[in-house]
Amino acid sequence: MVRSDVQLMLGVKHGDEASFELLLRRYRTPLCHFLNRMVRDQALAEDLAQEVFLRVYRARREYVPSAKFTTWMFRIATNLALNALRDSRHRQSELSLDAPAEAEDGSVVSLDVPDGAPRVEQQLVENERVAAIRRAIYALPEKQRAAVLLHKYQEMDYDQIAHILGCSVSALKSLLFRAYEVLRVELAPLVAPAVSGPGPGGTMEGGKP
Amino acid sequence: MNCERMEHRWIAYVDGRATPRERREVEQHLAGCAACRQRLEEYRSVWKLLEEVPAADPSPWFDARMRQRVAAEPAPSGWRRLVQWLPEPRLALATLALIAIGFWAASTPPRPAGRQPVVAMNEQEEFKMIKNMQVLENYDLLKELNAPNEAQGN
Repeated sequence: MVRSDVQLMLGVKHGDEASFELLLRRYRTPLCHFLNRMVRDQALAEDLAQEVFLRVYRARREYVPSAKFTTWMFRIATNLALNALRDSRHRQSELSLDAPAEAEDGSVVSLDVPDGAPRVEQQLVENERVAAIRRAIYALPEKQRAAVLLHKYQEMDYDQIAHILGCSVSALKSLLFRAYEVLRVELAPLVAPAVSGPGPGGTMEGGKP
Repeated sequence: MNCERMEHRWIAYVDGRATPRERREVEQHLAGCAACRQRLEEYRSVWKLLEEVPAADPSPWFDARMRQRVAAEPAPSGWRRLVQWLPEPRLALATLALIAIGFWAASTPPRPAGRQPVVAMNEQEEFKMIKNMQVLENYDLLKELNAPNEAQGN
């Protein structure tokens, strides 16, 4: 029988190292994907993912299953990612380099801002289309980016994402709308003209990865 | 519903989480608005485009590194280990509180000697009262003392 996250975490709380190992196997990949898309640097994303697991481990004794485990874990991950991005911005401004990757008022900046670029070999293999989509995601203000990543790739429900980001569900919906609206405009050149008329009624149900 | 109100409905419609009522409202609007139909198509395209972006998996040494870091964590101290085995933190606190109260009670000195004479004096007074009980209960004395009428009635 598959043990739930809460059961595993309670196991960790009572000193069962195997439970921690199972949680690690269950969440290392989604966590690394999320953090990678968030900070766009694989090495940093892995460091942050390790830090998330370490914090979960350190908090095991005080763990009370009050919130969903993934909400708790992704909340830690999101906060760590936001802090890391903030630190990197500070370092950039201290070095008097280019403008920060994201304006303080949350507005989207142009896509050609330096962004802690991925490794050279990655750039070589990545086709331009994927790179453009990646840049568009990365150019979103950080909170909007986190919302989109949790919504689109982690497939979390609105309540969960709102809890992770510390906002209301209605504020989250506005945040998501603004983010997808920016993506719609930014990615318009990549969208092939519609072959047929988009008659009403269809949704993207089942279109999740 | 107008195009502006659609803004609050787009995401839930596109991701399939809209309620049946919300879906009906959106579809009613789409039936009469070509601009929004176009917009819907663009949202669908964006939704699909985002799926084209892969993310790097963790490196092969991720787990080994993690195990190493966990192993380097300091082991819980003796009392923490005790607390860890208690099912609830509240219960652990309550247990500690009980132990503390037990220690406090055991280390409290005996009652101060100064209070004993008071008790002793009270006992003496009580003894005196019992000794005089016969006199106190001798109601005939009241008659001799010209007591008030009520007392005489008794």
